[in-house]
Amino acid sequence: MSAIQTTLKSRSTPAFDVERIRADFPILTLKVNDKPLVYLDNAASSQMPQQVIDRLVRYQTTQHANINRAVHYLSEIATSEFEEARRKLQHFINANEEREVIFTSGTTDSINLVMHGYGRKFIGAGDEIILTTLEHHSNIVPWQMLAEEKGAKIRVVPINDAGELLIDEYEKLFNERTKFVGVMHVSNALGTINPIKEMIAFAHARGVPVLVDGAQAAPHMKVDVQDLDCDFYAFSGHKLCGPTGIGILYGRAALLENMQPFKGGGDMILSVTFEKTIYNTIPHKFEAGTPPIAAAIGLGAAVDYLSEIGMDAIAAHELALLKYASEQINAMPGVRIIGTAEHKAAVLSFAVDGVHPHDIGTLLNQEGIAVRTGHHCAQPVMQRLHVPATSRASFAFYNSMDEVDALIAGIRTVQKIFT
Amino acid sequence: MANYKSLYQEVILDHNKKPRNYGTIESPSHHAVGHNPLCGDHISVDVVLGDERINNIAFQGESCAICKASASMMTTAIKGKTRAEAETLIQEFLAMATGKLSHDACPNIGRLAVFAGVSDLPTRVKCAILPWHTLSGAFNAVATTSTESEDDPMHAPIGDA
Ligand SMILES: Cc1ncc(COP(=O)(O)O)c(C=O)c1O
Repeated sequence: MSAIQTTLKSRSTPAFDVERIRADFPILTLKVNDKPLVYLDNAASSQMPQQVIDRLVRYQTTQHANINRAVHYLSEIATSEFEEARRKLQHFINANEEREVIFTSGTTDSINLVMHGYGRKFIGAGDEIILTTLEHHSNIVPWQMLAEEKGAKIRVVPINDAGELLIDEYEKLFNERTKFVGVMHVSNALGTINPIKEMIAFAHARGVPVLVDGAQAAPHMKVDVQDLDCDFYAFSGHKLCGPTGIGILYGRAALLENMQPFKGGGDMILSVTFEKTIYNTIPHKFEAGTPPIAAAIGLGAAVDYLSEIGMDAIAAHELALLKYASEQINAMPGVRIIGTAEHKAAVLSFAVDGVHPHDIGTLLNQEGIAVRTGHHCAQPVMQRLHVPATSRASFAFYNSMDEVDALIAGIRTVQKIFT
Repeated sequence: MANYKSLYQEVILDHNKKPRNYGTIESPSHHAVGHNPLCGDHISVDVVLGDERINNIAFQGESCAICKASASMMTTAIKGKTRAEAETLIQEFLAMATGKLSHDACPNIGRLAVFAGVSDLPTRVKCAILPWHTLSGAFNAVATTSTESEDDPMHAPIGDA
């Protein structure tokens, strides 16, 4: 609450030139319904700066071939650019070794890899997996599938009305059958930042590995997987100014080495006979088939771009946007913020009395404002907070205070129409 | 608001605020529950079908304004019609809302033409057609219907995040 109550009226944080940043994003000049686009659906997918678009074009026009396969010039350059992208991602999350960074197709794919590669090997009948009420469906459904297959059990960490995990309850869920923890770093539906470092330490003290769904954290704050001491960290490129179809699974090398491959095929093997196949070393063991090479290189360029601005500067600007928007909404009669955790990032879910979120979404769209409405792939949170759906504005570092003003004016228009 | 394409016209807002025939009927001859799993909207429709005509109809549920107004206006349009007339109107409404027919090609559509604008909003078509699917389900004795059934021409997910 305190974060929200602080009065903050400055139009931007010092030394953060949002107009200069916006000029890097060609899509932000679009008009929608004759109004300037106000893009506040960044939690669903972020936009791409010209620098990343240019990198994709350069790769496709001068560097493309399949990787790891041939000795010719293009294959060598594509391979080295692809591996260079892996190193960029390694540094972005401060992984200890580059082989701990696996290219996947996104967060969902990363989590499924862990479920198949780790879960199916190490979790059995009667074992327990701890998840939280806040989780996105992509960190629920794979574990339900595993639980069903193995006869394992899912235990769920509850939340309070503000949308914060009840850490005492989390600790009480552990017992000798606890084999795995899956927790999101930042909630896509409410914006809650979870105390994952403490949660990981607690689990590790009991020998339990932890997967962190970082889809909504990696775009908004500095992530240091060694400092967090997590075992797995999953995120998506398309929420990080990169292309769709690419994501990352960070995994601790010692765990990855003992895991089953998830998909079988080319590139993930050292040798194949019909009697026996020897799997490749990590990370290649988990990268069967031709990967999205262009997308991986594009993601490398995206994290370069973000690092140049600085994740701390990004976090500070987004927090300023969130505070300003929250203050404005709190001052509006008939509008309520859903999710009032003390520590929040970049996400503002809200409800307007007497107006269904879908109507809000359609009417804001008429003003050129893009928000998400619905259950945000997090139905358990919605059920717990007794809302069928919410409207969600989610910010990126290229959003401006003027865009917050446009959102607030848009909500006023909705209220006027419905009175 | 003076947006000529706006769906949110006076009639729709009025039916949303003061839905007609809202509630349930003690012993309906036909009943169905409709559900849009993507947005959580759900409504129930109760019908009393006499020998000749639809003597009574009511609906109830949680939904957006488009769905609620569509349901409310559906009940006022359907009450007193024969089943055959009602089935024709259902077909016309579904064709208009999904953009297959323009509203002037629907002779019985009348005031329901205010919903023609949804055909430009693929994610909102389902909201408008849910009550009509549900009524059709009630007539055909399908106890629950969903906008996600395979024959739904407008399978337009709300999106992912
Ligand atoms: C918290 C969270 N986890 C997982 C996902 C799934 O990401 P993707 O669809 O890129 O696999 C999302 C977003 O959709 C998310 O917000």
